[in-house]
Amino acid sequence: MEKNCQKILHRYNAEGGSVVSLLQDIQEAFGYIREDVVDWFSDELNVPASNFFGVATFYAQFYLKPRGKNIITACCGTACHVKGSAPIIEKLRMDLKIPEGEVTSKNGKYTLESVACVGACSIAPVFIANKKVFGKLTAEMADAMIKGLEKK
Amino acid sequence: MPAKTRTRKSDLKSLTIRVCVGTGGLAAGSQDVIDEFTKQLKAKKIRATITKKCVNKTGCRGFCAKDVLVDVIRNRKTETYQLISPEMVSTIVENHIVNGEPVEKWLVGPEYHEFHNRQTKILLDQCGQIDPEDIDAYTAIDGYKGAKKALSMDPLEVIEEVRNSGLRGRGGAGFSCGMKWDFCRRTPATPRYIICNADEGDPGAFMDRSIIEGNPHSVIEGMIIGGYAIGAELGYVYIRAEYPLAVERLRIALDQAREKNYLGKNIFRTNYNFDIKIKLGAGAFVCGESTALMRSIEGKRGMPRPTPPRSVTKGLYDKPTALNNVETLANVPFILLKGADWFTSFGTRKNTGTKVFALTGKCKNTGLIEVPLGMSLKEIIYDIGGGVEKKRELKAVQTGGPSGGCIPAEHINMPVDFDSLTKIGSMMGSGGMVVMDDTTCMVDMAKFFLTFTEDESCGKCVPCRVGTKRMLEMLTRITEGRGRSGDIERLLELSDTIRLGSLCGLGRSAPYPVMSTIRFFRHEYEAHIHDGICPAGACKALRQYLVNEETCKMCGKCFRVCPSDAIVWEKKQFAKINKTKCIKCGSCYDACPFNAIL
Repeated sequence: MEKNCQKILHRYNAEGGSVVSLLQDIQEAFGYIREDVVDWFSDELNVPASNFFGVATFYAQFYLKPRGKNIITACCGTACHVKGSAPIIEKLRMDLKIPEGEVTSKNGKYTLESVACVGACSIAPVFIANKKVFGKLTAEMADAMIKGLEKK
Repeated sequence: MPAKTRTRKSDLKSLTIRVCVGTGGLAAGSQDVIDEFTKQLKAKKIRATITKKCVNKTGCRGFCAKDVLVDVIRNRKTETYQLISPEMVSTIVENHIVNGEPVEKWLVGPEYHEFHNRQTKILLDQCGQIDPEDIDAYTAIDGYKGAKKALSMDPLEVIEEVRNSGLRGRGGAGFSCGMKWDFCRRTPATPRYIICNADEGDPGAFMDRSIIEGNPHSVIEGMIIGGYAIGAELGYVYIRAEYPLAVERLRIALDQAREKNYLGKNIFRTNYNFDIKIKLGAGAFVCGESTALMRSIEGKRGMPRPTPPRSVTKGLYDKPTALNNVETLANVPFILLKGADWFTSFGTRKNTGTKVFALTGKCKNTGLIEVPLGMSLKEIIYDIGGGVEKKRELKAVQTGGPSGGCIPAEHINMPVDFDSLTKIGSMMGSGGMVVMDDTTCMVDMAKFFLTFTEDESCGKCVPCRVGTKRMLEMLTRITEGRGRSGDIERLLELSDTIRLGSLCGLGRSAPYPVMSTIRFFRHEYEAHIHDGICPAGACKALRQYLVNEETCKMCGKCFRVCPSDAIVWEKKQFAKINKTKCIKCGSCYDACPFNAIL
């Protein structure tokens, strides 16, 4: 951890970073915003930890909990909504056994999150599984998509 | 291109293959198509003999509904294929490239030409033609000439030219770009900054992403001109982290521009210094608002502050800052190069130039379109968009995203420009245009947008923070069949409170989707509240699926698509729906070829 943090700190000082860019680097390196990492930077930079968490909780991009091994992003844009993304999201929630009010399944295998718009409205509804984009998704294709992830 | 070829028995002299690699194209599998072309051509030893780079990547050409689109330019003759998959590549290579006979059945149909011919492409003309990762491709089509010209002029002349062009901000409110620069320049404090707003958060809009992915240099050039005009030495591009491809292309373009001395110290051999930094957004819609965006660049929580002072006088780090949208900046090089008069020849008197729209939803030809401002909605949807899909009836068109409103079908002849849209209770926004048919429920639509704004409200102003939540609760209740009489009046009253009592654009426009749907579709709200019916059949809680045994042909299609095993069916028997298992997803309804599911 120390080594990774030093690296991030070095970049921060070299490029004149900000709290946002620092948090982005932390998340990149550790997968989520770890409390002990934030405390380390808080001491190092003499910035209250509350400052970091204030920013982290403001933006949708930062996660305070570890995320699943496979990440499925559902686009919740207007076009996807009109084209019926909601029932597929519900189906995925059921199939992946993600508890109500959570985004990650209990076994830590899947995270299903929604994003405002990925900007691929022509091929709505759009889902992204581990950075691969699936367009014009139907319930059956969603099954195939999950099967593909399961194999890994 | 070298004319000599070693491919025997073929008249092949030159060859270029262009494959769309926008996000839409990539999702449809364009990378596999490119790899397949490269492999096949290599196997036939064509690639090596023609040119090193004969398989070109291009940006989005707009017609994403038919991706993957492939241009084969053989001996200077262009043929375009649609819906290409890797398996089809070998046939194209064999028949078309080697033997010179295009594969007729895969060529684009008349709707492709119709889709493009009715548009006026200025910005999008180059996207889809040039390689976005190659600066020379951009300079070959007069790229950076506008910036060169601007830098030989006085900054005030540059501002005057842009002001005369009547260019209005493409990001939403439509403020004059020239005036904004002028205000910024007149503020004595230094340093000044120019920011390109690429935080395209509107659900249903993707023109900024496509412009950056397809032609990133045009935005950089626009920023150089703007930076010079206002006297800034540093510019920022604030871009969404959700657009990884656009960020990557922009990074490449910036590096190339620095190499050519178009950015950096003494650019274009003048004494002007200018550079651009990329700042990644962290996912907050409110950061599209100017003061919030600047707080976010400073690394703070992106919350708006009261204006005035406007950001042109006190913006980023409290210094004068000009904030322009991607599309606005991409227009600037053209205005400098071709003159303000040329620009005003497009559009109408107060709405000059063209606008890029993302035409999506239940429309046949979805994609990115560019038309002169003032074109009628009807022309856009029917002539370019090809009308509503599945021959259904047009109900409404939603413009302006969560800040906009719905335009009902009876107003379809209205011109689309900044002022007309505002008059009808919608707005231009960033240019999303979502077509809705008779199966779209307007209450559900309003609820959808409120879900978005409620989630994105930064929480600073109470009317917005609490008001949108209460509004959403009411709308949810209505769509679940638990509406009460008086709900409509309560919604309208709350709309006024939120509209008048919030600081920023997000809050002030948050109730628009509700207000405009009540204004034009009040009967749908009433049907939900008083009769417990969703006229569009879209609200799940109010829907019951039944099989009509008179029209059911016992084909079993519904049985096969049902994701929750709720349909009981055997050969030569009517299908039955088990109501306790049914999740009301509507798959069976869509799948039934005989409309036997009600």
